[in-house]
Amino acid sequence: MADGARAGRFTRSQAFSGYVMISPPFLYAVLMLGAPLVAVIVLSFLTDGSGGQRIIPEFTTANYAEAWADPLNRLLWMRSVFVSLMVTLATVILAFPIAYYISFVVRPEKKSLWLFLITIPFWTSYLIRVFLWKVILGYSGVVNSALLGLGIIDEPLQWINYNVGAVILTLAHAYAPFAILPIFVALEKIDRSLLEAGQDLGESKAMTFLRVTLPLAMPGVIGATLIVFIPTVGDYVTPQLVGGPEGRLIANMIQLQFLKLDNYPLGSAISVTTMVIVGVISLLFLLANRRFLRGQR
Amino acid sequence: MKFSWLRVYSWLYLVFLFAPVFLLPLFAFNEGTIIAFPLQGFSLRWFAALLDNQSLHEAVGNSLTIAVTVAVASTALGIFAARAATRYDFRGKGAMIGLIMLPLVMPEVILAVALLVVFLQIALPLGMVAIILGHILVCTPFCIAILNGAFLSLDKSLEEAAYDLGETRMSTFRLIILPLVMPGIISSLLIAFIISLDEFIMAFFVGGTTVTLPIYIFSQLRFPAGLPVIMALGTILVCLSILLLSIAEYFRRRGVARTGAKDTGGFL
Repeated sequence: MADGARAGRFTRSQAFSGYVMISPPFLYAVLMLGAPLVAVIVLSFLTDGSGGQRIIPEFTTANYAEAWADPLNRLLWMRSVFVSLMVTLATVILAFPIAYYISFVVRPEKKSLWLFLITIPFWTSYLIRVFLWKVILGYSGVVNSALLGLGIIDEPLQWINYNVGAVILTLAHAYAPFAILPIFVALEKIDRSLLEAGQDLGESKAMTFLRVTLPLAMPGVIGATLIVFIPTVGDYVTPQLVGGPEGRLIANMIQLQFLKLDNYPLGSAISVTTMVIVGVISLLFLLANRRFLRGQR
Repeated sequence: MKFSWLRVYSWLYLVFLFAPVFLLPLFAFNEGTIIAFPLQGFSLRWFAALLDNQSLHEAVGNSLTIAVTVAVASTALGIFAARAATRYDFRGKGAMIGLIMLPLVMPEVILAVALLVVFLQIALPLGMVAIILGHILVCTPFCIAILNGAFLSLDKSLEEAAYDLGETRMSTFRLIILPLVMPGIISSLLIAFIISLDEFIMAFFVGGTTVTLPIYIFSQLRFPAGLPVIMALGTILVCLSILLLSIAEYFRRRGVARTGAKDTGGFL
């Protein structure tokens, strides 16, 4: 009887209702995200089969040995991390002033309009947007036509298309709202009286910005950095469309292993390694910036 | 309005953001077959070409079926998650919500590969169902982000008043909570629809031979002759998503106004 009463109390409790509510989306995430990620890790330690049998269930670390020994993979990993870091740096630095402008200069009733405008390009067809950068940067594209028309150059520039730079520019464009919004949210949270206090105590505007605004905005900057860095490492479309052979990234290799070469264990080993690289860099970044995150939340 | 570098910079930044969107109609209405300057006069023939393109129509049909299903399913999952996150306290809440939101910050190619592996393992045929399952995973975090805003601004005392007046949990949810969060739900449906309609990588990996709209576009980008038609298609898609976004934004704001909260603006 006592057990029944206790169980009855539990089913009427906050926590129980919470678990009931969360279980459909949580179970979906476990089945469609947790389980698949575990499957990829398991698969990366199995042996690749041929013919009718795709995978032979024999434990091996050969996939990792093969993936890490291949100089092409190592080049692609280094290039992917380099491109992502560059994209993140460019996106966050370019995004900060506009987030600052919307938070501190734009009148409150106009703020949502600005945020709406910034998110519109993000929701328009990703493939076509990426392709249009090719048109803008291409041999007879917008930039070259304009420069030729103005007489600044005599023949079209070729170094602006089909290279790592084009990939960086295109990705910086694609991920702009992801960087602006977290920084904007952090700036909005800053108590404006702190800034007045800084200036009342004799700090210049620039010093107030450096010593009050910037440190308080850091959680947003850190959030922006991670939310841009992590997905760009795995971007597939942009390198494929505007990168040319010099701009291929690790995601293109993963696609090749899975959809073309049909070597799932090797593809899994490359995927797991990529996740570990991304995870380690993100953790190091968080550790380096932990003093800004302390006492927040 | 005094001159400031920050304002000039912000407007230039908007121009940068909108540059590709502005170029799209220029090439869509251009007479010439080559996507380059100079433009060669006005023409509607690329739009006309969209009308009798059988494989395109099939792709649009597939994409619409997928997007509608995904919008409903991920909004439903989002409602559960947002309600749990904003109303109840329980052990492990942060970690559970964290796992559900994880696809937002995962490289999409990894998600796609992981699902592909599992679908092949359980012998789920690659195609529409596989794409729908994958898209729900991708869209749900966005829905939760929007719905959290709607549920967060709910006044708990309204709900308690309903209980005191003898309503049950279900009837309170239907009569009090649902009407108040309805704008958020509509906005979430629209956003999930837009994301699913435009999603490429997941569909490319788990779609098998099923062609969705982005897969069709991707296949056409390789053939220069087909490009003007794609530009026309893109123009229509951009107009459609701006229309849907404006509706979503309207409902989101109305929802914020209805619950009496201050508008902090923006999706995500």
